[in-house]
This record gives sequence, C-alpha cells and structure tokens, in this order.
Amino acid sequence: MEVAASDLDNLKATELRLGLPGSDAPEKPAPASPRGSKRALLEANEEHRPGKSKSLEADSRDQEAQPVAKARVVGWPPIRSYRKNSFQARKAEVEAAGLFVKVSMDGAPYLRKIDLKLCKGYQELREALDNMFRCFSIGELSGMEGCDGPKYAITYEDKDGDWMLVGDVPWEMFISSCKRLRIMRGAEARGTRSSP
Amino acid sequence: MREERSDMSEDEDGGGGSAKSRGGGGAPPPFSDQVLENVLENVLQFLSSRGDRNAASLVCRSWYRAEAQTRRELFIGNCYAVSPRRATERFRRVRAVVLKGKPRFADFGLIPNNWGAHFHPWVCAMAAAYPWLEKICLKRMSVADGDLSLLAYSFPNFKELSLICCEGFSTAGLAVIAEKCRHLRVLDLIEDYLEDDEDEMSDWMSRFPETTTSLESLVFDCVGSAVNFEALEALVTRSPALRRLRVNHHVSVEQLRRLMALAPQLTHLGTGSFGSAAAAIPQGGNNVVDLVNTFAASKSLVCLSGFRDVAPQYLPAIYPVCANLTSLNFSFADISAEELNPVIRHCHNLQNFWVLDTVRDEGLQAVAATCKDLRELRVFPVDPTEDSEVSVSDVGLVAISEGCRKLRSILYFCQQMTNAAVVTMSKNCQDLVVFRLCIMGRHRPDHVTEEPMDEGFGAIVMNCKKLRRLSVSGLLTDKAFAYIGKYGKLVRTLSVAFAGNSDLALRYVLEGCTKLQKLEIRDSPFGDSALLAGLHHYYNMRFLWMSSCKLSVRGCNEVAQRLPHLVVEVIRDRDEDDDGEFVEKLYMYRSLAGPRTDAPPFVKIL
Repeated sequence: MEVAASDLDNLKATELRLGLPGSDAPEKPAPASPRGSKRALLEANEEHRPGKSKSLEADSRDQEAQPVAKARVVGWPPIRSYRKNSFQARKAEVEAAGLFVKVSMDGAPYLRKIDLKLCKGYQELREALDNMFRCFSIGELSGMEGCDGPKYAITYEDKDGDWMLVGDVPWEMFISSCKRLRIMRGAEARGTRSSP
Repeated sequence: MREERSDMSEDEDGGGGSAKSRGGGGAPPPFSDQVLENVLENVLQFLSSRGDRNAASLVCRSWYRAEAQTRRELFIGNCYAVSPRRATERFRRVRAVVLKGKPRFADFGLIPNNWGAHFHPWVCAMAAAYPWLEKICLKRMSVADGDLSLLAYSFPNFKELSLICCEGFSTAGLAVIAEKCRHLRVLDLIEDYLEDDEDEMSDWMSRFPETTTSLESLVFDCVGSAVNFEALEALVTRSPALRRLRVNHHVSVEQLRRLMALAPQLTHLGTGSFGSAAAAIPQGGNNVVDLVNTFAASKSLVCLSGFRDVAPQYLPAIYPVCANLTSLNFSFADISAEELNPVIRHCHNLQNFWVLDTVRDEGLQAVAATCKDLRELRVFPVDPTEDSEVSVSDVGLVAISEGCRKLRSILYFCQQMTNAAVVTMSKNCQDLVVFRLCIMGRHRPDHVTEEPMDEGFGAIVMNCKKLRRLSVSGLLTDKAFAYIGKYGKLVRTLSVAFAGNSDLALRYVLEGCTKLQKLEIRDSPFGDSALLAGLHHYYNMRFLWMSSCKLSVRGCNEVAQRLPHLVVEVIRDRDEDDDGEFVEKLYMYRSLAGPRTDAPPFVKIL
C-alpha cells in the first residue's frame, strides 16, 4: 500500500465531480500506446466492418467509453469453461477472503479500513497502519520506544469481544480472530508493551 | 495430460471417409468370389489407417465387403454424418468406436445447451450390434447416466472408456461402470462436466470389484466432487497393472504421496492439488523430504500433470523425475519464472509442455534453453481477458523458436505480438504442423509497427510446409487470407475470429485450401456470396461453422438447395426472437443421414 495512492484516494473521494461513477480514467498507469492505437484502429475499422453484429457494436462503444471495464464477448478469448472455472473459483475464493477490518485511531476524525490479507505479518501491519495514519500521528507506531514507553498501542477486538494487544499470538491466528483494530494513544497506552 | 492419441487427433487422414462410400453389399457373391473375399479379408485385416481402409473400400464391391468385415475400429468424426443403424449395418465386427459430437466452438459457450450430440441412439444401436465391443471414446457428446448403464450391461468384454469434453452424466453413471465392467482397463475422464447434485453424489470409487483389477489407467481430474480416499487407496493397492493415475484437486499432497508409494510403477501421474489440505498438517520440512523420496522411487514416471493449488515449497520434490519426463502439464499451476526455472532446468527430455503465462517471457526463455526436444508447447493465460497484463509476448515466442527447433505444435495466448516474431518462428521451426496463435485483444495489430498481422501468418503458411492446423488472430486484412489460400495447401483445420475485411478473404480460403476439412469462423465480415464460393468443396469437408458473420437465410437456403447431402443448421440463441433474414449461427456438415430428428426448437434445418 503506497502512501501516494491512499492520499490520492482520499482526495478523489472528496472531490466533487459530474459524471457517472466508474467513468473516470484509471489511475494506474495504463500502457499508453497500445490502448491509444487500439482506439484509433477501432475507429478506422468502423469503415471496414459496416455490417457487424449488434453485440459487437455495443462492445466497441463500451470499449471506448470505459477502458477499465471492457464489455466481454461470449467465448472470447477461446478458453474452455473447464479451465476458466478452475481459475475463477480459486480467484473468487482468494478475493472473497480479503479480510477488511475497521481501524480506529484515538483522536482521528474518521476510521479507515485495512485488508489484513495483504499484510504478511505484524511488521507489515505496523508499517501499513503507520502509513495510513501518518498525517495524524506525531511519532511512529512501529516499534519505536521512547524512555517513557511507546506512545501508541495497537489493539484489536477478538471474536469474544475482548480488546487484546496486537502481537501476542501467531499471525495466522490473529487474522482469523481479529474483528477490528484500534490504535490507542496517550495515557491508555502507557503500561503496555507490544511483543517484539 | 490429455495426450493427442492418433485416433483423436484432428490431423488424421481421411476424416469421415466412410460417409462417402456406396451403399450396402447387395446379393451374396458366388462361391469362388467368396473364397477370394476370405483371402482379401485376411490381407485387409492388417490395414489400420482409416484413410487406407476408406480407399480400399472404394475399389469394388468385393473389396468393400471385405473391408467392412475386417474393420475393427470405427471412427465417426461427426455423429450426425451417418445414422447409427447404417454404420452398424455396414461394419459388423467392430471392437472399438470413436465418436465425436458437437463442433469445437461449443467449448466456448457458442452453442446453447441441449443442441444435441446424444450418445443414446448410438449406444442403443451398438448394444444390439456389437456385443463384443471393447472400447468407446467419445468427444463432445451428451452422455446420460442411463447410457453409461446400458453400456455397462451390454458389453461383457468392455475394456476402455474415454470421455472427453462430454456432459450430462454424473457419479451415479460412473458407479455402474465401475461395478459392472469387470474387465475395465481404462477409465479416462478428461475435461468433462459432471452433473452432480451436492446431496446425491455416488461413492463410485468403492464400486470397483474387490478382487485384483485389470485397471491400467484411471483419470478423473475433472470430477468436481471428492472421492472416497480409502476406497481409492484400496483400489490402487489391488491394481498391479495401473500405469496412469490422475486424481482431482481434492486429493492433497499427503494423500498423493501415499498413493504413489503404493504404485511406484506409474508412468503418468496427475497430482491433484499438490498443496496441503487446508491447515491440516503443518508445512514442515519433513513433508517435503518424504515427498522427494517418493518421487525418487517412481522411476517410471514420464508424464506429470495436475498441480492445481501448487504450494511452491513442494515443487522441488519433483526434481528426481524431471530428467525422465517427456510430458509436463503446469497449465493450472500459478507459478513464476523463478519457481519454474529450477524445475525446467532438469527437463532435458521434455517433448510436451503446457504452462500458464504467469511464467512470463523469462520462463519461456528457460524452457528454450533446456528443452531442445520440445515438440508441443501450450501457453495458457491465467487471466483470459482482453485487457489483462502483458506477461508473454513476441519475446517469448522468438526464444522458443530459437531454442526448440523441433517444435511441431504450438498454442500461444498473448496480449501482444509482432510480425517479426511470427516470421522468425516460421523460419526456425520448419516442422510445425499446428500453429495456433491467440492474440487476446480483438483486432490488435503488431504492437511495434502497428501493422496488421498479415505478414506473420503469411510467413507461417509459406515456410511451414507441413502445416495442417492454423488458428489466426489479431488485426488481419484480406491479404492474410490470400496467403493462406495460396500457400496453405495442406491445411485441414482453420479457425478464424474477428478477421478479414470482405468476402474476398473467405473466397481465397475456400478456393485455395484444397485439403480444408474443418472451418470455424466467428465475428468476421463474410456474407452470402463468399459462402456460395465454397459449393464445390463442402462435400469434402467435415463441417463449416460461421457465427456473427454477415450471412442471411437466403444465402444459406441456396446452399441447402444446391447441396442436398449437406445439413444446414441455423442456430439462434435461446432468448432471441426469430431474426428474420439475419443468420446468427450457421453450422453445416455433410451427412448421409439427412436432417436430424432430434433438433431442439432453436435449431432450424434448411
């Protein structure tokens, strides 16, 4: 998770625009020349294919309006459904299992959400949270300890509804029981120490 | 991996020749001729190629009869080209049948369900005519559990069943086969779609005979439901002849190891998931060591496939067998070039390799560096959409062409390609028989020069003199088809999609490709006048498929009238109304049986 992207997300989310949702140009750098030339070619080809079927016309118009979400043509590319299903089933499993939990930080005006599946361990989690709340925090969350102990503690609410300190249990166990995260600040955090 | 056996290959000689033969034998011959015929039979029984047999049967009536009596393997390339009764009346001593049904575009969802290709009338006719039948191989047929049951009860000597890309049956049907076919040697289920109700699944694995079996091949990687593992283990234990075993993804790597230990004589192995059962056993180092040892003990392995949910830490376990492998199917394994490299480096003898494009051009370069004997390569896309990331490209293609000079067959999915790369391949790989390039973006030109891909495909037909099967893609003008018509004299199967500018393109092909047998076209601007340009040739073809082109009912009607032995089917999508003049899908094929009687309402036969 890059800082730039998430900041941009915030900005874009608050920006007032006219237009249907999803009609923006994609933010990720799309390979410029193939797409550009493809559009030009589509227009050029209009003359060559005057009688193409209705569905195809709709497709090409879709393609030009929404480069991100292309209309799919039946049976193209020619991959057997047997093969497609094998991957789609797994992809769906993996994507559906994305674990988004709310993250609150004491003093912050709004909450965030983080996908625990994208972090491979506690270190990454700390870094991700650090990045996410950088604009609100004074110091770092990740393992920095001043002489009076850490200023923040990352806690989570588990399945039983108890608030636990992040870092005690193995990562896999943690993500399976974590319902939400809370970054405690100040006095409440004192007297707690995260496991290394 | 699904091997291209000679009888299933699309490139076999004399396809469907039996449909062209004359009628039955007539009155019985005089005695002296009968003696001659007996002698002839003794000679003709050695003819195995069906092309040769078809030719022999045309010599005279006597030869016709002798050939009919000695044909043991019946190949029907289109189940609607001849009626079951006619086939079983002519050929009376058949032991093995190969039957193909739906056209290939059915695999891509272009043909509505219930279109046809029912096995039922065939199994009924064969049950009566061939009680000694031993082998059945079906491709793209609709097979019901009742059909499998009839099969199991009708053929006491039944030995081999192969179902490829079939649908309509379930584990209940498999249970009957397992139980009743006591001499079963081969049960190969390849890319079938089983109808299985979650609640009503049958424990077919337990139904095999409890005695020692004669099983040589058991392939069930397409069966979606888990099988009874204890029963499978017990079956493997009592099947000493077992050489080919391909399990489905429900079999974990731990279970696989147990099976392999029981059957070290295996030559073909489909590994199932090759990952751990979810969170069942901790992924310690010991597991990998055990697995390595098991593979090391499987000294006969030449073909590996499966790897559905491959956990990369298990991959090194296959190193001991890599040097012996002639065939490796990684096309369901989401692995990177880094993960592929240490494996492929050992595979010096590899001839068939199927892989996912996740290995990228670097992965293909590694293949090219080691697999000097490669004959067949297939590169599949992990994300089969038009706008997925570029992972393999012209770079990989060139690398392969430079490293694998003996390449005969290639299927390559990619997002971008250049003419130069295709030309290079045409020059380096002179043995190419099958060239299938799928540039996934429709109408996509050469990504460097922005020109159409005409020159690349032109070079393929010009330089690869043995080419019999061609699939084209990318931006193509009529010029590409001019090349194909001019140089593709041996081409038998041609697949076209989103290509060409005008009727000329199709004309070039129909007039130039004299050996053309199977032509499938979609979304290309070809109309009636092009269709009519092929009238001289359609009786020589197995079929023509055209969808989303510019055909009208009038044009198709004219073909139907001029060629009475051609069945001309106009298929419309279920939810569309009768579109009047416009023909959305045309499927036409020569037939001795006339219009079929089992056509569903959305099929109109002209």
